[in-house]
Amino acid sequence: MSEKIDVRRYPGFRLYTFVFFIYLYLPIAVVIFYSFNDNRLVSVWGGFSLRWYKSALANENLLSAVKTSLMVATFATVVATTVALMAAIVLVRMKNVKFRKVSQTVVNLPLLLPEIVLSVAVLILFSQIGLSNGLMKLMIAHSTFCIPFAFLPIRARMQGMEMDFEEASQDLYAGKWTTFRKVTLPMILPGVFAGGMLAFVISMDDFITSNMLNSGGATTLPVYIFGLIRQGVTPELNAISALIILVSVAIVSAVGLILSRSGNGFGSD
Amino acid sequence: MKTLDFRFWGLLPAHVIMLLTLIVPIGIIIMVSFATRGSYGGFEFEFSTASYQKLLFNEGWSGETEFNPQYIFIIVRTLFLALVTTLICMVAAFPVAYLIAQQNARTKAILIYLVTLPFWVSMIVRVYAWLIILGNDGVIETTLVATGLVQGIDSLLFNNWAMLIGMVYSYIPLMILPVFASIEKLDSALIEASHDLFGSRLKTMQKIILPLSWPGLAAGSILVFVPCLGAVLEPILLGGGKTMLMGNLIQNQFGGARNWPLGAAIAIVLMSLVMIILMINGLRSEARERKEAI
Repeated sequence: MSEKIDVRRYPGFRLYTFVFFIYLYLPIAVVIFYSFNDNRLVSVWGGFSLRWYKSALANENLLSAVKTSLMVATFATVVATTVALMAAIVLVRMKNVKFRKVSQTVVNLPLLLPEIVLSVAVLILFSQIGLSNGLMKLMIAHSTFCIPFAFLPIRARMQGMEMDFEEASQDLYAGKWTTFRKVTLPMILPGVFAGGMLAFVISMDDFITSNMLNSGGATTLPVYIFGLIRQGVTPELNAISALIILVSVAIVSAVGLILSRSGNGFGSD
Repeated sequence: MKTLDFRFWGLLPAHVIMLLTLIVPIGIIIMVSFATRGSYGGFEFEFSTASYQKLLFNEGWSGETEFNPQYIFIIVRTLFLALVTTLICMVAAFPVAYLIAQQNARTKAILIYLVTLPFWVSMIVRVYAWLIILGNDGVIETTLVATGLVQGIDSLLFNNWAMLIGMVYSYIPLMILPVFASIEKLDSALIEASHDLFGSRLKTMQKIILPLSWPGLAAGSILVFVPCLGAVLEPILLGGGKTMLMGNLIQNQFGGARNWPLGAAIAIVLMSLVMIILMINGLRSEARERKEAI
């Protein structure tokens, strides 16, 4: 009997992990399954039907909430990614930066505080300065809390980079701006892309801040869904949820694939 | 000369945004928590510690102050639920993280992707899913009744258990990732050495694997505990809005109850709790680094 026993293995871990993954995916599967239920009663199966998808896609309030969410998320992503990129270049790539650690903390501040506190902060701020445009409030608040989510992937990408190429570029008499455009930016692009996508997803998903600021006709998708849930569980709500699940899974998988192709260590490590 | 400029200009937008939309407003929250409640909601600038007193005392019907623990209960319940959620996540995440770390690179990548995927699905949709499962005429009740095991069950929703289930489900990926990262760094030769020295699997787990994955468990605990303290969706939807946590208590003061100074005071308490936890964590990891450096 010279059979080698793998001492790193623990009996039961495999079965447990299997059960764990079922637990992780069962709720999502339940939502998708019942979205095809023809019955008006959510949990009583009444045959396969696509009618709730049809009614969801024809729901104008839903579409306008999606539009609001997309507008806010796009604005927040552009602002947060630009600001985070600039901050990351200084904090990671430059020498002799004063108060580097404090600056780093300031940039990541939204991550260190509970979101409900941040939402109260902006609510009181906007009421004090008298800003009443709902869309504007959301765009400003989302830009702020998206900054660290854009910053972290960009920083991670930059930290794994050598200075050599930039020095070589400058040795060849390329100016600072040319070096940035032709050398630095292409190299950090996967990080910028990941940061931008992360900011976008976080903004689209946000509930706490958007709900706190909900006024002036600017209702985002999660806030709209919250309102529907309060009215009661319906099959149409299941169809809307299933569509959101589908879109998020598609986006995250696409981003993961693109990043693993670009060798960001994201899934290929 | 130009780089020196960018060191300033590059950080300026981030600093200005954080200052104007976050640091100054938090100052305003502190001010509001010491202000007086306005007659039509909002607040009036008139110094008072009434909001903080209200956290502890109630004005009796004849004007005397009596100790009122209702807000203390909510704070303690929030801390307790966050702590239990964190502990459950630690225990539940460890075997999964350990098993994933033992796989080859390709399987590892796929499993980590599968762990993180639900996390990217909208938070509100994930909480809603538990509403369908646990609710009246929900999946669990319908299934149990259909199998004839029971006639009908009391609602599984709107209690501490439902909130706990929802919170563990929401935040467990945040525990698995750091624990996985620290187990992956663990040198498997140590495990083999322990085995060669006649250490049983249990002993190896106790003496080698668990101590070495402690940094990951500690990091994961912070990632789970802090958002749990500020949870809003779980108490409203799964707790039914009656079993309050600090998150929906704050929200109520700015929504229905319209007592901004009280809401601000609770927000300051919550923020202080989080700050204390992060500071303790910072000191601990600094101490560990110093120990490792020696």
